[in-house]
Amino acid sequence: MAGETLTRRDTSSVSVPTFFSARTRRLIGRAILYVVVLGSSFVFMLPFIYTVLSSLKTPSELFMYPPTWIPTSPQPQNYLQVFEKVAFGTWLWNSFYVAIVGTLGGVMSAAIVAYSFARFRYPGRNVLFMITLSTMMLPVEVTLIPLYLMFSRMGWLDTFYPLIVPSFFGGGAFLIFLLRQFFMTIPKDLDEAARIDGAGYLRIFWQILMPLSIPALATAAILTFMGRWDAFLEPFIFINSTSKFTVAIGIRYFQAVQSNADASEHNEHLLMAASVMMTAPIILLFFAAQRYFVRGIVMTGIKG
Amino acid sequence: MSIRALSPRAPLALRHREAIAGYLLLSPWIIGLIAFIAGPMVTSGYLSFTRYDIVNTPDFIGLKNFTDIFTRDRLFWPSMMLTFKYALILVPFSLLGSLLAAISLNQGLKGTALYRTFFFLPHLTPIVAAAVLWAWLFNPDVGPINHMLRSWFGADPAPGWFRDPNWAFWGLVIMAMWGAIGGNSMLIFLAGLQGVPQELYEAASIDGAGTMSKFWNVTLPMLTPTIFFNMVLGIIGALKVFAAAFVATQGGPAYATWFYALHIYTRAFRYFEMGYASALAWIFFAIMLILTFVQFQASRKWVYYAGEND
Repeated sequence: MAGETLTRRDTSSVSVPTFFSARTRRLIGRAILYVVVLGSSFVFMLPFIYTVLSSLKTPSELFMYPPTWIPTSPQPQNYLQVFEKVAFGTWLWNSFYVAIVGTLGGVMSAAIVAYSFARFRYPGRNVLFMITLSTMMLPVEVTLIPLYLMFSRMGWLDTFYPLIVPSFFGGGAFLIFLLRQFFMTIPKDLDEAARIDGAGYLRIFWQILMPLSIPALATAAILTFMGRWDAFLEPFIFINSTSKFTVAIGIRYFQAVQSNADASEHNEHLLMAASVMMTAPIILLFFAAQRYFVRGIVMTGIKG
Repeated sequence: MSIRALSPRAPLALRHREAIAGYLLLSPWIIGLIAFIAGPMVTSGYLSFTRYDIVNTPDFIGLKNFTDIFTRDRLFWPSMMLTFKYALILVPFSLLGSLLAAISLNQGLKGTALYRTFFFLPHLTPIVAAAVLWAWLFNPDVGPINHMLRSWFGADPAPGWFRDPNWAFWGLVIMAMWGAIGGNSMLIFLAGLQGVPQELYEAASIDGAGTMSKFWNVTLPMLTPTIFFNMVLGIIGALKVFAAAFVATQGGPAYATWFYALHIYTRAFRYFEMGYASALAWIFFAIMLILTFVQFQASRKWVYYAGEND
């Protein structure tokens, strides 16, 4: 026995006793792996499934103990009630508006800035790029107070401007970095060939770089949209009137109102429905553009 | 063939033209950098030495905000410690989870793309929605988690989660892990695993290395840059925790989830102590800078960059 383990160690560091043939052991390992992966998939999905099911329950069923899984009589009208109880339609529209305009402005201006960083030579470029990258570390709290004071002086509080206008000025370090990394992978020969044909800088940007960068632009757009959709702190601080709320702060308002309301009125099922409706566009977007999405995250992670 | 216009020895006029065009294209960002980042930083740096309630003009008080923070503020140290505790628990465990998830998704199982999506979906859930969702799952009386704990493990009394000062923190950690394990770091690990050259594994096999030995001696060293990247971003992200706690627990109960960002927010936008809150924010920034610097220094000891001579 001892001799056997000793010789075994010479060929392989795996010292599992050889009750099974190598093939059987591989099969067992495979089976365990499947169980683990399927099991974790289930655990990860469970909160979703439970929330969607809960959003279809009546309040009294939601508070039943032990909890039920499948709603005894599904209440799809819960979703309509959210729109009646609070201005959810307006909030959705506001969120879409802020996220889409912010994304367009951010991606377009980041592409222009990234073009400059990737293709032009001028004094101070590398320093400026380092400064750009280092702004990613800055906690938002450092700039938030002065920005609040500035926007308040400009009369921009309780408008969408603070959420939209800044994105038109470069779109932030992350987007610039992402697009610059992508532009660097496009051969410069293409620019130079176009230049010989007499193309100017802007034409090279529009007719060569942009068409070749559609995957990267799509990635940038998706990531930005999701970030804006999810954003909590900025809208929460810059927006006051409920008619201008985004979904993120709207749900939190609904929840706060709910917990202050008298205990006989329960809105948890509606809060669940609202959360499902807030998550759905993001998940749909993810499924529509999964390819770009994964590639973008990986690109920033690996080449960073 | 080489294009003269772009080479370093190009005529001066052309290089000037290139530089001018470069600056012009860069200008939106320069304006943005000054207006929305550098300018506000200078302002908040100045405000941190003042007392400022928005209504009256800022009143210069020297270092008083800072001395008050360190000596008088009863929530400063607890919130700082809590925030670090959160990062120190969340980041290692979620990185380990991400790594294990990535490894198991890298075994060529059937339906991998589907599992990857399942793992990733929690990460896509907006934080506010996740907070609402988990507040319900953690409902102490009728929530499914406590029901499970009661019926499977006989937990009695079951945890009070977001209503119990001893459990609220752990509820937030679990909620954050749900979103983090299958998130960006898992995708980045997965790409890192796929980027390990096959030759290394083949060479290790020839040397007689088994599965575990290959993992420790090939996979892990080759992944260290990825681990480092995920760690630095993970820590910065964890220290900034705000919305999850704000929506799920409002910092309570009994300040049990009073994270540093909540402290800054409260001082600034509830008490309108803009000077004091600016000082709090700068302390936060300084700590983050130091921490990141330390991590980069320490990384030389354990991060292996292939292709770099050593």
